[in-house]
Amino acid sequence: MRFWKLLKKSPWSARFGFLVIFFYVFLAVFAPVLTPYSESQIVGAEYEPWGEGFLLGTDNLGRDMATRLIYGARNTIGIAFITTCLAFFVGILFGFLASTLGGWVDQILARIVDVMMAIPSLIFALMILTIVGTSIPALILVIGILDSTRVFRLARAVSMNIVVMEYIEVTRLRGEGLWWVMRREVLPNALAPLVAEFGLRFCFVFLTLAALSFLGIGVQPPTADWGSMVRDNATLISFGDITPLLPAGSIALLTVGVNFVVDWFLHLTSGLKE
Amino acid sequence: MIPKETRGKKGDVLLEMRGLRIEGESDDQWNEIVCGIDLTLKRGEVLGLIGESGAGKSTIGLAAMGFARDGCRISGGSIVFDGIDLLKADDDDKRNLRGSRIAYVAQSAAAAFNPAHKLINQYCETPVQHGVRSRSEAEAEAKNLYERLQLPDPENIGFRYPHQVSGGQLQRAMTAMAMACRPDLIIFDEPTTALDVTTQIEVLAAIKDIVHQFNTAAIYITHDLAVVAQMADRIMVLRYGNLIEESDTRTIVYNPEEDYTQALLAVRTFRKPPVEEPKEDVPILTVENISASYGTIPVLYNLDMELHRLRTVAVVGESGSGKSTLARVITGLLPPSEGRITYDGQTLTPDFRQRSKDELRRLQMIYQMPDTALNPKQRVKDIVGRPLEFYLGIRGEKRNQRVLELLDMIELSEKYFDRFPSELSGGEKQRICIARALAAKPELIICDEVTSALDQLVAEEILKLLQRLQDELGLAYMFITHDLATVKAIADEIVVMLEGRIVEKGEKQEILTPPHHEYTELLLSSVPEMDPDWLDNLLEKRKANQ
Repeated sequence: MRFWKLLKKSPWSARFGFLVIFFYVFLAVFAPVLTPYSESQIVGAEYEPWGEGFLLGTDNLGRDMATRLIYGARNTIGIAFITTCLAFFVGILFGFLASTLGGWVDQILARIVDVMMAIPSLIFALMILTIVGTSIPALILVIGILDSTRVFRLARAVSMNIVVMEYIEVTRLRGEGLWWVMRREVLPNALAPLVAEFGLRFCFVFLTLAALSFLGIGVQPPTADWGSMVRDNATLISFGDITPLLPAGSIALLTVGVNFVVDWFLHLTSGLKE
Repeated sequence: MIPKETRGKKGDVLLEMRGLRIEGESDDQWNEIVCGIDLTLKRGEVLGLIGESGAGKSTIGLAAMGFARDGCRISGGSIVFDGIDLLKADDDDKRNLRGSRIAYVAQSAAAAFNPAHKLINQYCETPVQHGVRSRSEAEAEAKNLYERLQLPDPENIGFRYPHQVSGGQLQRAMTAMAMACRPDLIIFDEPTTALDVTTQIEVLAAIKDIVHQFNTAAIYITHDLAVVAQMADRIMVLRYGNLIEESDTRTIVYNPEEDYTQALLAVRTFRKPPVEEPKEDVPILTVENISASYGTIPVLYNLDMELHRLRTVAVVGESGSGKSTLARVITGLLPPSEGRITYDGQTLTPDFRQRSKDELRRLQMIYQMPDTALNPKQRVKDIVGRPLEFYLGIRGEKRNQRVLELLDMIELSEKYFDRFPSELSGGEKQRICIARALAAKPELIICDEVTSALDQLVAEEILKLLQRLQDELGLAYMFITHDLATVKAIADEIVVMLEGRIVEKGEKQEILTPPHHEYTELLLSSVPEMDPDWLDNLLEKRKANQ
């Protein structure tokens, strides 16, 4: 109920963002119903133009582009979402631990994260994925853990300001355990910036995932994925066909949508007036 | 010394407000917070604005500069400063007035100074910006003013950063800054509220002196009637944005007409009924030979004290005297480097993490700032209910029942049960903190400046509540405070601390009746009294003694 009230007062950008997100989620959930063919079924000749049978033509192997685009939403968004959740779980847990315990625990965790952040994450991911192989669980784990370093930094900084409050001292003096302090006292007060960060981080994970697929070590064929779809059909660009740009455009649109919503949310929680 | 330009003579009207209305926005609604105030200020006159929080006194002070805070708007009336209508003037005109002809001194000088710049650079910014003085003139004048305000080492103090001087010195440096362009009007917004009593005297004397020297008009905003009585020629008493009473200072102090003014004057008359000295029982808490330090810096030296059931020990001292540190040592947050703490005959482990649940339960604490002592995301029922679950294992319906009983005990109705702290006033929040402490069924409560952040009338109610609870539940209190009025009200025993040492301790009567220890005497004599001549007399007396 409160959400609807807020939404009524939201600016057009946020509404547009919500619309985009709901549209994507809708496509992802109902992909099998919405598509005329199955995900990796070869249905025609290679590189067929847009037309009756194939709304957006076919790809380099003769699979229906529109079908794969919709399945791509499902795979890419799904993987990115799970990865972001993992990154947040790990990042928040260790971030709160570091700030709540302080001392050497904080020092060790923070320095490990510093070292991990010193290595460019895409190259780091490339390296590890080449070693462990490119299964989807490996992809999720590697990107999730690499991205959790950023979440760690934020969670630690936010909760640093919370753990010095007297109500935390009260709970400690009461004798409450660490888990209770972190979950019941720190987390609710740190939630706003973390939720906003979730949106942004989701976009970055999404982009990393697409980039890895484009480079060929992300989601493996025949699974449909926007990154690899750009790569597979890239040659079409030289013929003036915009089809390979569609997956890239889908990525861009979702990123913009999520950012609009995040901006609005940040604006709400910061308490700033116009 | 550059002479002050004469812009008018004493007695001319400088500032005139007619039917001033200001609205503030909350939850998308505009509510009136200043409801039609008339105010006239003559050149060279000091006007005191007094009232509790929410009276609109700061809002009026800012409006005198033609300014309204974010979320506020001036919705009606007129503000005329020396012939200029501030509500019609454009931003450039107002900018020219501010800083040069109207200056503002904020409550917290520490927050109002930029920590990254030296004091003198911040001083020079305004006069140079307004083109009133050259940089070197401004610097020379700053030193002159620092000297007049009796800052130590006036030649060099300006070259320090804000964190390198004390709070009282900073407040005086701020006053010097306000004087930089020789303004016609200065607005002082609670300039001494955050200071210790002994420092407050210095700042009050300095402000009074300099305002007279330069014949500046001033608006002095405070919640403390005793302070404003020293400073102001005329006083306006405000409540909820309305004028209650306006008169010259002596009339307000000696012959107030309105009930509300009388209530403000009568504040601090509450006295705890005397409790007999304990004879037989083991003290509930004994502190023996305690020393403590932060890292390598020692803060407490060989303290000894005892607390008894049904009695209140007040620990008095200025900021930095180590009184809050003593509380941290007793609660176990800061293990002492030496000494022993005994609870009911049993030695307590120095670190709270090694104390048993029951030991933790029996010793509870109430803090100065109820805002930061309550988790803003928890409801009253959970804040008060958690100790019940945690210590006593009371859950579910029984827990809620007990929370309601506790609310009743602290004189709050059951409608507060489901509220968040942000939906409570300052006094109500402090009551919830008390209820949370009571929920644990404690035997000893450490109260750390529990009334300092509250309005005087509210503070008095809290003191009465604490007293009633002590009588009913047989609690022992350790009452940490810098406010001697509170001590006089609630203490049985007094411990006076200075720089980490106990300078004097004993029964209340013993400490409060002369002869005093030198420092106790200084503290006691520095508490402002409801007498317009008190400050002048005190300063003369102190001068004569030197």
